[in-house]
Amino acid sequence: MKREQVTIDGNEAAAFVSYKTNEVVAIYPITPSSPMGEYADERASLGEKNIWGMTPLVREMQSEGGAAGTIHGALQTGALTATFTASQGLLLMIPNMFKIAGELTSTVFHIAARSVATHALSIFGDHSDVMAARSAGWAMLFANSVQEVMDFALISQAATLKSRVPFLHIFDGFRTSHEVMKIEKLTDDDIRALIETETVRAHRQRALTPDRPVMRGTAQNPDVFFQSRERANSFYLQTPEIVQQVMDKFALAVDRRYRLFDYIGAVDADRVIVMMGSGCETVEETVRHLNSEGEKAGLVKVRLYRPFSVAHLLAAIPKTARVIAALDRTKEPGSAGEPLYQDVITAVSESVMNGNSPFTAMPRVIGGRYGLASKEFTPAMVKGIFDEMKRDAPKNHFTVGIRDDVTHTSIDYDSDFILEASDTVRAVFWGLGADGTVSANKNSIKIIGEKTDNYAQGYFVYDSKKAGAVTISHLRFGPRPIRSACLIQQANFVAVHQFDFLEKYDALELAEEGATFLLNCPYPVTEVWDRLPRSVQEQIIAKRLKLYAINAYAVAKENGMGARINTIMQTCFFAISGVLPREEAIAKIKESIEKTYGKRGAAIVRQNFQAVDAALSHLYEIPVPSKVTSQFDIASGVPRDAPDFVKNITCSILSGKGDQLPVSAMPVDGTYPTDTARWEKRNIAQEVPVWESDLCIQCGKCVYVCPHSTIRAKIYNQSALTDAPANFKHMPAKWRELTDHLYTIQVAVEDCTGCRLCVEVCPAKDKSQVSRKAINMREQRPIREQERENWEYFLRLPEISKSGPLKFNTVKNVQFLQPLFEFSGACAGCGETPYIRLLTQLFGDRAVIANATGCSSIYGGNLPTTPYTINREGRGPAWSNSLFEDNAEFGLGMRLALDHQRAFARELVHRHRDQIGRALADQLLSADQTTEQSIVAMRACVEALRAKVDGGKDTDIRDLMAVCDALVERSVWIVGGDGWAYDIGYGGLDHVLASGQNVNVLVLDTEVYSNTGGQASKATPLGAVAKFASGGKPNRKKDLGLTAMRYGDVYIAQVAMGANESQTIKAFLEAEAHKGPSMIIAYSQCIAHGIDMSKGMHHQKLAVDSGHWPLYRYNPQIAGEGKNPFQLDSNDPVIPLKDYIYTEGRYRILLHSDPSAAKLLLEHAEQSVRERWQAYKHLASSNAECGVGE
Amino acid sequence: MDMIARYMGFELKNPLVPSASPLSHSVDSIRRLEDAGAAAVVMYSLFEEQITLESFYIDYYLNHGTDSYAESLNYFPDMESYNIGPDDYLKLISRAKEKVDIPIIGSLNGISTGGWIDYAALIEDAGADALEMNVYYIPTNTFLTGEEVEYIYTDILREVKKIVSIPVAVKLSPYFSSLPNMARKLADAGADALVLFNRFYQPDLDLETLEVVPRLVLSNSNELRLPLSWVAILYGRVGVDLAITTGVHTFEDALKGLMAGASVVMMASELLKNGLGRISEILTEMERWMEEHEYAAVAQMTGSMSQINVAEPAAFERANYMKMLASYRS
Repeated sequence: MKREQVTIDGNEAAAFVSYKTNEVVAIYPITPSSPMGEYADERASLGEKNIWGMTPLVREMQSEGGAAGTIHGALQTGALTATFTASQGLLLMIPNMFKIAGELTSTVFHIAARSVATHALSIFGDHSDVMAARSAGWAMLFANSVQEVMDFALISQAATLKSRVPFLHIFDGFRTSHEVMKIEKLTDDDIRALIETETVRAHRQRALTPDRPVMRGTAQNPDVFFQSRERANSFYLQTPEIVQQVMDKFALAVDRRYRLFDYIGAVDADRVIVMMGSGCETVEETVRHLNSEGEKAGLVKVRLYRPFSVAHLLAAIPKTARVIAALDRTKEPGSAGEPLYQDVITAVSESVMNGNSPFTAMPRVIGGRYGLASKEFTPAMVKGIFDEMKRDAPKNHFTVGIRDDVTHTSIDYDSDFILEASDTVRAVFWGLGADGTVSANKNSIKIIGEKTDNYAQGYFVYDSKKAGAVTISHLRFGPRPIRSACLIQQANFVAVHQFDFLEKYDALELAEEGATFLLNCPYPVTEVWDRLPRSVQEQIIAKRLKLYAINAYAVAKENGMGARINTIMQTCFFAISGVLPREEAIAKIKESIEKTYGKRGAAIVRQNFQAVDAALSHLYEIPVPSKVTSQFDIASGVPRDAPDFVKNITCSILSGKGDQLPVSAMPVDGTYPTDTARWEKRNIAQEVPVWESDLCIQCGKCVYVCPHSTIRAKIYNQSALTDAPANFKHMPAKWRELTDHLYTIQVAVEDCTGCRLCVEVCPAKDKSQVSRKAINMREQRPIREQERENWEYFLRLPEISKSGPLKFNTVKNVQFLQPLFEFSGACAGCGETPYIRLLTQLFGDRAVIANATGCSSIYGGNLPTTPYTINREGRGPAWSNSLFEDNAEFGLGMRLALDHQRAFARELVHRHRDQIGRALADQLLSADQTTEQSIVAMRACVEALRAKVDGGKDTDIRDLMAVCDALVERSVWIVGGDGWAYDIGYGGLDHVLASGQNVNVLVLDTEVYSNTGGQASKATPLGAVAKFASGGKPNRKKDLGLTAMRYGDVYIAQVAMGANESQTIKAFLEAEAHKGPSMIIAYSQCIAHGIDMSKGMHHQKLAVDSGHWPLYRYNPQIAGEGKNPFQLDSNDPVIPLKDYIYTEGRYRILLHSDPSAAKLLLEHAEQSVRERWQAYKHLASSNAECGVGE
Repeated sequence: MDMIARYMGFELKNPLVPSASPLSHSVDSIRRLEDAGAAAVVMYSLFEEQITLESFYIDYYLNHGTDSYAESLNYFPDMESYNIGPDDYLKLISRAKEKVDIPIIGSLNGISTGGWIDYAALIEDAGADALEMNVYYIPTNTFLTGEEVEYIYTDILREVKKIVSIPVAVKLSPYFSSLPNMARKLADAGADALVLFNRFYQPDLDLETLEVVPRLVLSNSNELRLPLSWVAILYGRVGVDLAITTGVHTFEDALKGLMAGASVVMMASELLKNGLGRISEILTEMERWMEEHEYAAVAQMTGSMSQINVAEPAAFERANYMKMLASYRS
C-alpha cells in the first residue's frame, strides 16, 4: 500500500496520532513540546475528527499539574485522554502519574524530552526529565526519529490500551521534536488496525459511573498497601510481550518492523553500544561504516525502556560481545551509574549469577554520558567510544563530547572523523530571525521531500537572543534515507543571507572543498569580492568554493517586501543546487508560496511571485581571483579591558566556540557574574536614534521608554567636560537645582536594536520641518566608530548622586539614574524591559530579584551575556530564577532570609554595643532608611562598623561581619509574566500576597504566554486571538489586582508607562515604600499582540483611553489616614474599545477569520470594559470605610 | 408625474440614487434604501488598496518575530482562513441582488490595473448590474504630465471594459486641465456614464501635535456648484450619461442637477446626516415642485439648463466669473 509521504517534524508526527486516538486532551505550553498542544488545539478548532468521528475536547490548563489532574479525572471517567509535555512540566505531572499507573489506567503522554533545570535552565534535549519519572510506574517507549515518533505514538497507544500500563512515548527534544523529515504518514485505517476495539471498550467500561458505583483512590494502612502494590506486577510482566505483539501487528499492517531491543551491526560484534533516543541514528550510521571497514561493532537500540525486559535485552546483544557501553543522555550525580548503565549491568550480572548468561565470556559493561542539553553527538564521538572500548581498561562512567579537565571523565575522539554521504546534498543557511530564511528552508525541504524521490531532513538552530537573532538551517537531502541526527559536519552548499554575518562569524567553517557559496550581498557585483573579509577570501580560494551573489535586499525592496528575502534566496538555492529543473523548481516554489501565503491574501502571493521571477536575473556567479585582496577580517570580539571571565569564557561562547570550553572553565554551581552584556557589541540595528540637541526639550521620554537602556541622559557640571571627543554633543541643562550644568543624551549605537520607540515618543519637533525630531533614526554604520567613542566618553562622565538635590519621582529626573539592566536579548520594542530598567534605576543597588521563568528570565539570564549590571560602587541587582510556578514563594524565601539576617545582625549589634561604640550602634539600630540619602548613610554606618570590628576573633563579631550588610535596606522584587502570575504561579502568588511580608511583585502583563509563543493565559483579554484561543478568547481577563485588593493590606497598582509615565513612577516608589506586600501590574506590549512594535507606547495609551486598561493605585497606607485607598488614575474612556483593539492583530485577525464571532466578542468585551469601569468608579468614589479591603 | 430616469441603459423609477457610502454595508440597509424610494444603489467602494494593505498587515504580524528564538517560533495560531479579499463584498452584492429589485451598482476604488481587472470581473460575477469605477489617483510626482495621468484613467477603463459586459461608469475628480477633453477620452474608451465628482480625501493638520490627521467632513449644498457647472458644460457634448454626486441635499439641488444635465443625482451626506427618509421627502417635494411648475416628466427637464440649452451659454464661462466679481463689488 502506498502511503502519503509527508515532510513534518517530530511534534507533528506525535500529535497527529495522539489526536486521532484520543477524546480529551489537556495541555499546557512548555518547550519543546508546545507545538503538539498547539496542533491538537488548532485541529479541534477546525472540527477535525478522531478515528471515531468525533472532535476531541482540547483544554489548556493553568499548569502541567493542572493538566495532569484533568487527565486523571478524564481517564477515571472513561475518556481516552492524552497530553504532551517536557522537562519541569513532566515533573509537575509526576504525583498524578503515580496515581494513574497505580490505578492501571491506559494513557499515553508524549514527551519531547528536555533537560531538567539544575544549575541552570536549559530548553534543550536530554533524558533527565523522563529519567526523573522512572519510578512512577509508566512504560517508557523511545522513538529515535520522526518516522519512529509517528509509529511509536500509535504503538504506545495500542499497547497501553492492551496492557493497562500507562505509557510515556519519548523522543528527543528539538533534535527529533523539531527536526523536519520526510516520512510515511499513517492512514486512519492503519490506526484503526492497531487500536483494538475491545481494549477501547474495556477502558470505557472501567469508567466511574453512578450506575455501577465503585471507588478508587482510597487511603490504605500498613496491613494491605504493600500487597496491593504488588498486585499489579503481572500487568508489568506482560507489557513487554504485549508491546512486541503490537509491534509485530504494526509490521504486518505498515511493513516497518520494530523489536523491544533492535540490534544493528556485526553478528559477531565484540563491542556493543546500548542506548536510546536520536543518538541511536548517529550510532547506527557509524556502526554501518565501521562494519564496512571490518570492525566488529554493534548497537542495541532500546525501544521499550520500562518495563525493562532483561530477557529481550540479552537476546538482542550478540553473545560475542566483549565490551558493552551503555550510553545515558542524563546525569544522576552521586549514583553508582546512570540509569541505563545500571539496568544493563544488572541484566548482564543477573544472567551470569543465574547461570543463563548468553555470553561467551562475561562482558565488561561501561557507562557513559553524552549529549546533555542537546550537546552535539557526532559520528566522531561514536567512533571515539568504540575506540575506547578497544582498550584493555576502557574508561567507565565516561563522558563524551566535552573536555573534562577536572575529574577527567571525558574520552578523546578524532573530530576530523566525519561521516557525510557524498551523494547527499548538505546545505547550511545563515539567516536572521524573521527574515524568512527558516520558513523558506522548511518549504524547500517540503518541496524536495514531497515533490521528488529524495529523502530530506531539516534542522534549525536558533539564537539565545530574541532581537537580531541568528538562525542556522541545516538541510540534508539525497537518494538514500538520512540517519544523521546531528548538525551538518561538512557542507557542500553554504548560504549566507546576511552579509554582516561574514564580519562576525566563521560562516564558511563547514564548507567542504568545492562547495557552493551563495551570498546575499548589498554591493554591486564588481565589488563583492573586495567587500569580503580576509579570512572569507582565504577560505574561498583555499577550498575552491564557487561563489554566487545576489543583492536580495534590492530585489525585495523593488517588490515591496522589506527585509523578507526568503523566496528570493530560496529561488537562488534551487537554481544553483539543481535539485529540480529550474522551471519545475520555480513552479514548485510558487505552489508552496500559494499554499503558505494564499490565505493571507492575493497581494502577498503576487508580491512573492514577483520576487521569485526577479531573483534569477539578479543572481551572479562571481569569478574568484587567485589572491586575497581584503585588508580587514572577522572581528576578534575580545575587548582588551574586559574582566578575565568575559575574555576567557563569555567571548568563547559569543564567538560560537562554547563547545570547546573545558569543564574547568565553568562555575561549579551555576553562579555567574553580572555586568557582562556590555561586552557584547552586537551591532544589530541598521538604523539607530541620533540626538539633535538644538531641538531637545530634555524631557527624558526617550530614555524612559528605551527597552534596551541604550539611550541615556546625563547631567554634569561643565567642569567635567574635559577632553571630550570632537563630536560629543551637549547643551546647557535646564534644571533650576543644578545651574552651570550640561545635559547630554547619548546612544549606545552598537547595543541599540533600532526599535524606534524613542523616536515615536519624542515630542520635540522642528518648527520648520516637523518630520525632524530631537531624536531621529539614522544609518548606524557611518556613525558607528564616532558614536562608540562618544559612548565610552559618556560612560566616564560622573553619574548623578541619589543623595543630591534632585528628587527622582519624575520622568525628567529619573532619566539620569543609571540603569542596572542594559542591552538585554529582548525583542526590539519589548514592552516589559522598560519597567525592569526603571526598577533597577530606582532600587537596583539594593534589589534582590526573584524571576519567574519566561521571557524575563530568558532575556534576563540566558547566556552568553546577562543584562543585569553594577554601578560604580559595584552594587547592582542580585538575580535568580527558580522555576516558573514557584516564583512568589522563591521571592518570599529571600525576604525571610534577609529579615532573619537583619534581625540577627541587629541582635549582634545590640550585644556588642560597647565594642562597636554606642553612637554607631544606635545609628545601626535605629537610623531611618526611608530615603535614598538615609540608605546611603546606613551603608556608611555599616562600613564604619566593618572598619571598627572586622578581624575580631569573637564568634559573634565574625557572624556580624557575615550578616551586617543586611542592616542596609534590601528591596525584594518578584518579577514575572502573566503566565506565572495569573496561571501557574497564582496559588503561590496569592499566598505570598496574603503573607503580609515586605515583598514587591512586578507582573509584566503581555496578556499572553509570550516566551513559549503566544498561548492564551487568564490575562488574555476577551476577544483576543491567541494559541489555544484561536476562535477569540471567550471569557474575561482575570482582574488580578481587584482580587488581591480584597486582602486590604496589599499595595496594588495597575500601570502603563505609555499612557501615564509619572503614575508608573509613583507606583514603583509607593510599592517599594509600602512595608507589606505590593504588586504592580504593568501593561507590556508584545510581538504576540500583532502590532508595529515601534508604536508600543501608543498602543498602551489606546488601551488606557479605551478603558481596557484602567490605571489605578490601591494604597493601604492612606487608608490608615482615613482616605480612600483606591485611586483611579485614568479618566473615563474617551475612545470606543474597537478603536483600540482593531489596531492590534490579535483582535483584528478574528475580524477576518470569523467576523460574526468578532462582532459578538466585541459586544461582550465592551460590556466587560463598561462594567469594570463602573465598578472602579464606584470604588474610587467610596469612602475608606467601605473600601475593598474591608 | 413621470419620474422615470434613464441611466446607463437602466430605466429607473426616479432619478435619486444613493451614492457609495456606509449605507450600503448590509443587505438590510440596502433594502431600507429601496423602501425609502432609491431608484438604484451604488455600493460602498471596494478598496483594492485596503485589501492589499490588510493582506500585507496580516502577513507582517504573522511573520514578525518568528523563527528567531527556539521557544517561540511563531506567535499566532494557524487559522484556516483569514478571508482577506473581496469575498464579503461580493457576497453582499449577491445577497442584495436576491433581496431588492432596484439595480445594484458595484463600486471599485483601485490602484493597479491588475487589481481593477480582477475585482471588476468578480463584481460582475457576483451579480452587480453595473460598475462604478472610482479612479482615486493623486499625482504627487512632479515629472508626471497631465497626459500621463489621463492615460492611467483611460487605460484602466479600456482594460475593465474588455473584461466586463455590464455598463461602467467612471467617477471623476474635477482636477483635469481640460475636463471636457478628458470626458471625451473616457467616452471614447467606453465609459457608459461619468459621475461628477469624487471628493478627494483631504487631510487636516493638527496644530498641537503637528500631525496630519484624517478628517471626514460631510458635504453641503454649496458644493453642488462645481459638479453642476461641469455637468451643464458636458451635457450633450460627450455622448455618455452624467451623474452628479456631490452637494445634493435638497429637492432644489436635485432639480438643478437634472436641469444641468444629470441623468441621476446621487446622495450620501444628506442621508447619513438626516436619515433615509430624506429620499422620499425629496421625491415628494420634487413632484410637488414639478406639478406647481407644470412639468410632466423628469425627462422633460433633463439637461434643460445645460450650456447648450441655455440662452446665455457664456454664463458658464469667463463672463459669468466677471459678473460674480462685479456683484461682490457693488
